[in-house]
Amino acid sequence: MPDVQSSVVIEELVKRFGDFVAVDHISLDARKGEIFGFLGPNGAGKSTTIRMLCGLLTPTSGRATVAGYDVAKEPESVRQNIGYMSQKFSLYNDLKVIENLRLFAGLYSVPRDAVKKRIGWALEMSDLTGQEDLIVGTLPGGWKQRLALGCAVLHKPPIIFLDEPTSGVDPLSRRQFWDLIHQMAGDGVTVFVTTHYMEEAEYCNRLALIFRGKMVALGTPSELKRSSVKGDLLLVECAPLGPAVESLQTAPMVLDAAVFGNALHIVVEQAQEAIPQVRQYMTDRGVAVQRIELIQPTLEDAFVALTSDIASPSSKKTS
Amino acid sequence: MSFIRFYAIAKKEIVQVLRDTRSLIIVLIMPVILVLLFGYGVSLDLKHLPVYVYDQDGTQQSQDLLKHFQASEYFDVVRVVDNYRELTLALDSGEAKMGLVIPWDFARRLANGRPAEIQALMDGTDDNTANVLIGYTQAVVERYSLQVQLRWLQGQGQTVQPSQISVENRTWYNEELESSAFIVPGVLALVMSVIGAFLTSLTIAREWERGTMEQLISTPATPLEIMLGKLVPYFVIGILDVIVCALFAVYWFKVPLRGSSLTLLLSSAMFLVVVLAMGFFISVIAKNQLAASQLALLTTFLPAFLLSGFLYAIEQMPKALQLFTYILPARYYVSILKKIFLKGSPTALLYVDLVPLTIIAVVLGVLATNSFRKRLP
Repeated sequence: MPDVQSSVVIEELVKRFGDFVAVDHISLDARKGEIFGFLGPNGAGKSTTIRMLCGLLTPTSGRATVAGYDVAKEPESVRQNIGYMSQKFSLYNDLKVIENLRLFAGLYSVPRDAVKKRIGWALEMSDLTGQEDLIVGTLPGGWKQRLALGCAVLHKPPIIFLDEPTSGVDPLSRRQFWDLIHQMAGDGVTVFVTTHYMEEAEYCNRLALIFRGKMVALGTPSELKRSSVKGDLLLVECAPLGPAVESLQTAPMVLDAAVFGNALHIVVEQAQEAIPQVRQYMTDRGVAVQRIELIQPTLEDAFVALTSDIASPSSKKTS
Repeated sequence: MSFIRFYAIAKKEIVQVLRDTRSLIIVLIMPVILVLLFGYGVSLDLKHLPVYVYDQDGTQQSQDLLKHFQASEYFDVVRVVDNYRELTLALDSGEAKMGLVIPWDFARRLANGRPAEIQALMDGTDDNTANVLIGYTQAVVERYSLQVQLRWLQGQGQTVQPSQISVENRTWYNEELESSAFIVPGVLALVMSVIGAFLTSLTIAREWERGTMEQLISTPATPLEIMLGKLVPYFVIGILDVIVCALFAVYWFKVPLRGSSLTLLLSSAMFLVVVLAMGFFISVIAKNQLAASQLALLTTFLPAFLLSGFLYAIEQMPKALQLFTYILPARYYVSILKKIFLKGSPTALLYVDLVPLTIIAVVLGVLATNSFRKRLP
């Protein structure tokens, strides 16, 4: 029986390809109308998880239900209830916009009398009204992406899976695309989306951080940012960066230090106390300090903090 | 099985074929080119073979013999030379298929009632032609030899009533022994192989390569709907090509169509099912275009070309190869084609070929349907 509250439930899901563990015991659940983000670097196992949820790959072990249906046992019932946009743009480039839409209307068995209305809606939603007769291969990336989304939701599925939907799309189109996603979530659609853009992850209601097949954290973006950084986060502008970060990593008042762009992010117990200590510590070691200030952690900080002990087990832990 | 989903896929496939130049060429132009190529280009007729003659004797008798060769439609005495070197050169260069040498004592030996010999040098690079030449040469020489004997006996004052046995030839089915009549019907098997196996496996592999197949299998469309949606358009195209090729054979190459056109269409449909199933099966194994096209050519086109009896008689193949041809669908189809076009065999006599063809079609069809999984590799 489909569960009204949780539209996607994953329990201890594992996928192995030979010796390689692509997805390593992931458990989570996504609620109806939620925008659930999968954040992680390329190759972390995000696409593999999504493909298992769409019934395209068989899980090695564990269990997952989508709209109440088991993905391994009832993949066809799952497919009735989902829309899927794969990582690679996968509409037919040699067909017209309208031909692609008609194809998917047919594939999803949209009733004959509703086809025109649904296609009109999809065209409007993807801002492609009037472009029906263009060959898809000639469209710019952002348009293709919106069309792909339009095709995937023609049948009004309660759950949609979007695998890196905005990769290779310009920032403005990306923004438009996310407006669409929010609109759909507002209508009660559960949206499962993978991304490796940190700023995109901020748009999600909840996030799972995926790293090397494992889920390292789960929560709202603000929860993740708060909980992952234990203490205060300081931005340090100084030169040279290399020796500075090395010496700070062993400094007594510093819990963690990492290079962020052209500055350092360091974690301390308490900002007020630590700022003069850090300045002194660095000046003693011949590092010129331009600026030190207290900042709010970003998702990237959270991600670095959460994955640092897996990435390099020797580095200092933040908690 | 949902008709809406099947129809959506089939319609998309047709639009894609019509929009893709490469597919259009294979669908529209290739069949006509194959028919023309084999109708004109491949001639197994051996007539007017060029012969060089080195007549050392140069007598009335030797000229007489040469006239017999000249009179035969199988030989053309293109040149008379006076040394071995030129003869050898002509054979080397391929200007002559045979060199005839009449020895200097030819007439004298005959006059004395002694056996005479002539030498025939064959170009053996084409063993078939050489064999045929030997046969024709012997026939000409034997006939001449008989005349010489009769004349000699008459010269001895004996009245001889020559009693000869002659063979009255009547070639059935292909009265003129035109090789185009023998070959052109079989071209249908080649065309079907290309459309059915090559083109379809290519288009399915292309969907895997481009990622559209991933999108397709994420929808509720069933494997059967996807398979039929992909294959039915090519089935229709195949049938249209059968009609085009048959019309070409009959009206252009004057190949008789003596059997029933309906049986021709039905058996072509059966063979199409076979090659389409193979094409689909191949695309399940090989998910990229290069591998799929090579597998398709290797498993359908080449056997249809070499082992089906299309060009080379199966009875003349090594025993092991002959046995192997029994599992080749093209063997049965080519046999049916020749029977329908040339013999006009009633459908009842086609069962020996139709039954195995149907069995293969059913087996492959079931295999293909069950091999497709809506899973990523």
